[in-house]
Formats: sequence, C-alpha cells, structure tokens
Amino acid sequence: MAISVRIPTILRTYTGGSSEVTAAGSTLTEVLDDLEANHPGIRARVLDDAGEIRRFVNVYVGNDDVRFLDGLSTPTADGAQISIIPAVAGGC
Amino acid sequence: MSTITETTVETATQHGIREGAFGNATALSCRECGATAPLGPHYACPECFGPLEVSYDFPAVTREQIAAGPRNIWRYKALLPVPSDIESSPNTEPGFTRLLRADNLGRELGIDTLWVKDDSTNPTNSFKDRVVACALSAAREFGSRVFACPSTGNLANAVAAAGARAGIKTVVFIPSNLEKPKQVNSAVYTDSLVAVDGNYDDVNRLASEIAGEEEGWAFVNVNVRPYYAEGSKTLGYEIAEQLGWRLPDQVVIPVASGSQLTKVHKAFGELIKLGLVEDKPYKVYGAQATGCSPVSTAYKAGVDAIRPVKPDTIAKSLAIGNPADGIYVLDICRQTGGAVEDVTDDEVRAGILLLARNEGIFTETAGGTTVACLKKLVETGQLDPTLETVVINTGMGLKTLDAVADQVGAAATIAPTYDAFRATGIA
Repeated sequence: MAISVRIPTILRTYTGGSSEVTAAGSTLTEVLDDLEANHPGIRARVLDDAGEIRRFVNVYVGNDDVRFLDGLSTPTADGAQISIIPAVAGGC
Repeated sequence: MSTITETTVETATQHGIREGAFGNATALSCRECGATAPLGPHYACPECFGPLEVSYDFPAVTREQIAAGPRNIWRYKALLPVPSDIESSPNTEPGFTRLLRADNLGRELGIDTLWVKDDSTNPTNSFKDRVVACALSAAREFGSRVFACPSTGNLANAVAAAGARAGIKTVVFIPSNLEKPKQVNSAVYTDSLVAVDGNYDDVNRLASEIAGEEEGWAFVNVNVRPYYAEGSKTLGYEIAEQLGWRLPDQVVIPVASGSQLTKVHKAFGELIKLGLVEDKPYKVYGAQATGCSPVSTAYKAGVDAIRPVKPDTIAKSLAIGNPADGIYVLDICRQTGGAVEDVTDDEVRAGILLLARNEGIFTETAGGTTVACLKKLVETGQLDPTLETVVINTGMGLKTLDAVADQVGAAATIAPTYDAFRATGIA
C-alpha cells in the first residue's frame, strides 16, 4: 500500500531533505516501522521512550489528529496522507 | 543538556543575523529536554519537538534606566530579544497600558485589593500587540519577506496592523466561516486575507506546513514563536512597575496555549533575579472556559498529562484544544500555590457584564472568562480575598459583541414624552 507522509523541516535530515516520502502499512504503527526501515532514526524522533507519540508532535491521518482517532492503531488506507507537524504554536 | 548540532540547526551567522539583533538574548533552549540552539528562525526542538525558549545574559538593569524609556514595551528592551535600536524601526509601540484599581468589582467579589491590568487599550485593542511587536522585530532581523499568522481575531488584527506600519507584506489566514466584522477588523490593514475552509485548528495546521515550506515567511506564532512569546513578559514587568516596583500577591491569567501565564511568571522571576523587586511569594492562577479546559481538567484531576480536547466555547480566543504550554501552566500554578479553574459560557457572559458594570471596562470573552474564574476562585476558597490581586484583561469587548448582544439592550421602548419616561420607573 502506498501512503504519503509529509515530513516537517526538522526531520528532513532523515529523509535526505525530502518533504514528502512514501511508506507502507495498514496502521500508523506499521507506517512508522516502515519509515524507520527506510529512514533510520526517524521513529525515535516521533515516538518517546515509551513508544508513544511525543507530546509536542501532532500526527494527522488525512485531516484528523490521530489523538482523536485510534492513536498509533489508527488505520492507514491505501492512498492516505499522513502529516507529522510540530505542535508548538498558538495564542495566549 | 546537549547542544543541537549544526547539521540540524543552522547557526545565526548562516542566517546573516547582524550583531546585537536580539539584544541580550544568547541562545534558544528547549524547555522540555534542555537542548540548546543558536538564535535563528526555529521554534521546535529537533531532539524532542519541545518548545524552544529565548535565553539571556542580562547586564545590570536599573529602575531608573527603565523609567527613562518610552511609555511602551520598549522601556524593557534590555529584557527582550530585540536590538538596542528597536525604537527606530516603525512598529505599533504597544504596552504600558493602564493598571486600574478595581474597588467596585473588588467589593462585589469580596476582594480587599483588586487591580485590572487593562490591555484593551493597546493599538489594536488586545495584548497581542505586545507579542506581535517582538515577532516583527525577529522577522526583520531574519530578513523575512512576509509577516503572517493563522488567527480568528486578536492576533490577525495585531499582525495586519503591525505589518502595515512596518511596510512588510502581511498575510493573515482565517477560517472561512469567521464572522464578517472579525474579517473586516483585519482586512482593513491588509489585502492578503486568506479564508481557509476549515476550523482554527485546520488553519493553524496549514500555517505550520507553509512555515516549513516557504522561504522568508515569518509566522508569528509558529517559526518566530520563541521571540513572539517573550512579548508577554512585558505584562509582568508593567504590573510590577505600576505597583511601585513590587509584585502582587496573586495574579489571574487566561489560558489558551498557556504561553502568557508562563511568561508573566518568567517576568516576575527575572525582576527578582535582577534585584528590581523584592523576592516574595506570589500565586499564579489560570482561567479557562469549560468548553475548552484541558489544563483545568488536568489540574483538578491531580495529573501532569494533558489530554487534548475539541473546543466548544464562546471564548474562541481561548479555544486551543492541545495547549503547548499546558504542562508548564500546571507546574507554575501548583508550585506557587495557585490553581487552574474553568467556567461555563453563561458564566463567561456574566463575567463580561460584571467587569463592564462595576468598572466601565468592556472586555472580550477571554476577559469574561478570567473575571468569572476570579469570582469562582473566591467562592470556592481557592483564592485569598485578603491578598492583593491582579486580573489581566487581554482585550476589548467590541471584538466579541455577539457574546453579549442578546444579554443587553434597551430597558424600555417608549413614546417621546416625559410621562412615558416617568412610567418606566427608571428615574
């Protein structure tokens, strides 16, 4: 399954500068495993030592934040777009 | 503590930053893991994605030096990430807003000594002018071509106005369903208002993506956020200076991302370290609307982790469901002996009327939230009414008229005769 993953600037050192890469997997966990296989080191930037999504990272499948879906178990259909975005933004 | 390598973060020199561009600021450091980075257009730690904050090496600063400065935030320029010649660059010159003794509201709530720090009198009528002025300075120093933000209100107004004053191209992204008057408030200053089909979270996300892709764009609350956020410290400096160079016993501050609360606390700490105020205990309280209260919920549950929520409240400027600084708000409120409270939308409306009818200050929904939380904190015994208390009013009620439009109006409609007026019983 081909899934497109948008990579934020601070992770592009792992993707050779690419802002978008393809990956495979039927869940977010599997996609991150596949990303790690092709871009060693990237998973540890997205997940903390306990294997959870880091607090300051938002991961979207399509337009939805996976925290409001099934987290790392969120299904990733063929053709899905995943975005990894730093969460540090906002107002007062 | 590690230092982020230059393979992940370019040095300040690579960005062509001039000497003294950021005043006494020395570096960026991650609040989460302690990693440090050179000053540059960076906001998230490459190690853990945590928020990067500005660190300083302050020289000796005296009250007299500050008092000799202009009656705006630049009187504190030595304590901000701005150059010493900041006043020569066109900006909206915000700050040094009034600190009002609020005896009527104090009596109403049973508080002996109450002050309102009223930021509704800033150039675009909210505290956002402070943070945007610092972001604009950073954008200039980085040579940014475009000054931008995602916003539903106050921030958009402040960015658009500051950009116009500075003569820099300004792009403001708003949700397409934003009410027309709010669009007008920003669109008058810029011809580049972009309406996005989606809610504020969608707009914010788009801004983060554009910030990562476009060269030369400064998104005030994204890639220049470390500098932007420092502007809120000036609220703390002013409160202390206007109280006669002393800290209040208690301060109540609205919480969206939590940035303002953490920066007011940081400001008080800096003033103590610099010897500008006496070191004394003070309590910090956070105020949220129940319809978006992830920090208050965590505080009340006694936990450190903040569970993101989908906002549903009339206090739209506080509607950030995944607050970046939320855990730091918890730390500060717990450490200082304060608390985090939340109030319903009806209480928010009542808070707006409480302030308006007792002190003649028309506040926005965020201010209504803060006043209503102050009331609740007193009623529940969480805030000591015998201690000197400051409440921060972040902005002007004309921006959120719809919140109270159905609550107020004519007391009577009468024929144009004296008898008809007498019959109302108003005299």
